[in-house]
Amino acid sequence: MLSATEKSAYFAGIRDGWPFVFVAGPFAMLFGVVAIEAGLSLAQAMGFSVVVIAGASQFAAVQLMVDNASIALVLLAALAVNLRMAMYSAALVPFLGSAPLWQRACVSYLNFDQSYMASVARYETVPMTVPERFWFFIGVATPIAPTWVAFTAVGGLVGTSIPPEYALDFALPITFLAMIGPMLRTLAHVAAAFVSMCVGLVLVGLPSGSGLLIAAACAMITGVIVESWTEKRT
Amino acid sequence: MTFSNAEIWLTILLVGVGTYVIRFSFLGLIGDRPMPAIVLRLLRYTPVAVLPAMVAPLALWPDATGGDVDPVRVTAALATLAMGVWKKHVLWAIGAGAVTLYAGLYLTGQL
Repeated sequence: MLSATEKSAYFAGIRDGWPFVFVAGPFAMLFGVVAIEAGLSLAQAMGFSVVVIAGASQFAAVQLMVDNASIALVLLAALAVNLRMAMYSAALVPFLGSAPLWQRACVSYLNFDQSYMASVARYETVPMTVPERFWFFIGVATPIAPTWVAFTAVGGLVGTSIPPEYALDFALPITFLAMIGPMLRTLAHVAAAFVSMCVGLVLVGLPSGSGLLIAAACAMITGVIVESWTEKRT
Repeated sequence: MTFSNAEIWLTILLVGVGTYVIRFSFLGLIGDRPMPAIVLRLLRYTPVAVLPAMVAPLALWPDATGGDVDPVRVTAALATLAMGVWKKHVLWAIGAGAVTLYAGLYLTGQL
């Protein structure tokens, strides 16, 4: 049984988490549509959302599968998109590092952009015990994760009935582009994105996805160089 | 796509396991031990380094037009990016892109 404070931490988490349902729902639906478009079965689309539970990488994986990249390249690109979660994982250590292993294992499964951001925002402003922090995190994820899976199914079911003139082929590029804008927080991010775009366009002829990896590596190095350069100037 | 059913499931499983290992990495395995600052810095730029390279060719040379530049799709792409930069929110940007795309398709008689 949960103690009274753990229970209230859990419900506080649900309160902080539920607005993200309005982001996760449409986004998941779009993934369902795109996955079915690409030729995945409904079960496979939902499998992605249950097993991977990370939006951007799911889109990336499906796109590369459509491009007939090798499984190794699909894996590499999808995991590259998810590498930021290593940072999330590292950032949670000061708050949850001393929790039992099973709790850290649960948090790891549910560690996606919204749950991470909402939880750290809370941890940094409100004093909480480690068990309270755990239950808060689970609370944030409680409305979001099921929405993600359910709306993947909705998208998958609706998607097949949409005719080609509605240009659903462009749903995926638009979703990626929509994710880039909010990421451009600093000059270094802008520079990294620009290098990524240029190198990606130049190397587009390279076999299935390898140009992407070279572009990403160049862009990451650019980001770090510009970051240290702007730090020196201030 | 040329992926067989089994290959799709294998891909899902591998991406899932890989993603879990990334999420579990520090919290589960590395714990409080410090890591090189340069690694953390590089990690900070991963999303912004991967997505533009992936999306730029899709926006410029879409499959739907057989790889030809489509003014409507390019305009929609730019509108999406601009709204994302301005509102700092994914849904606003998707909305702007969708509205621009459909308005453009309608105006050019494709819808």
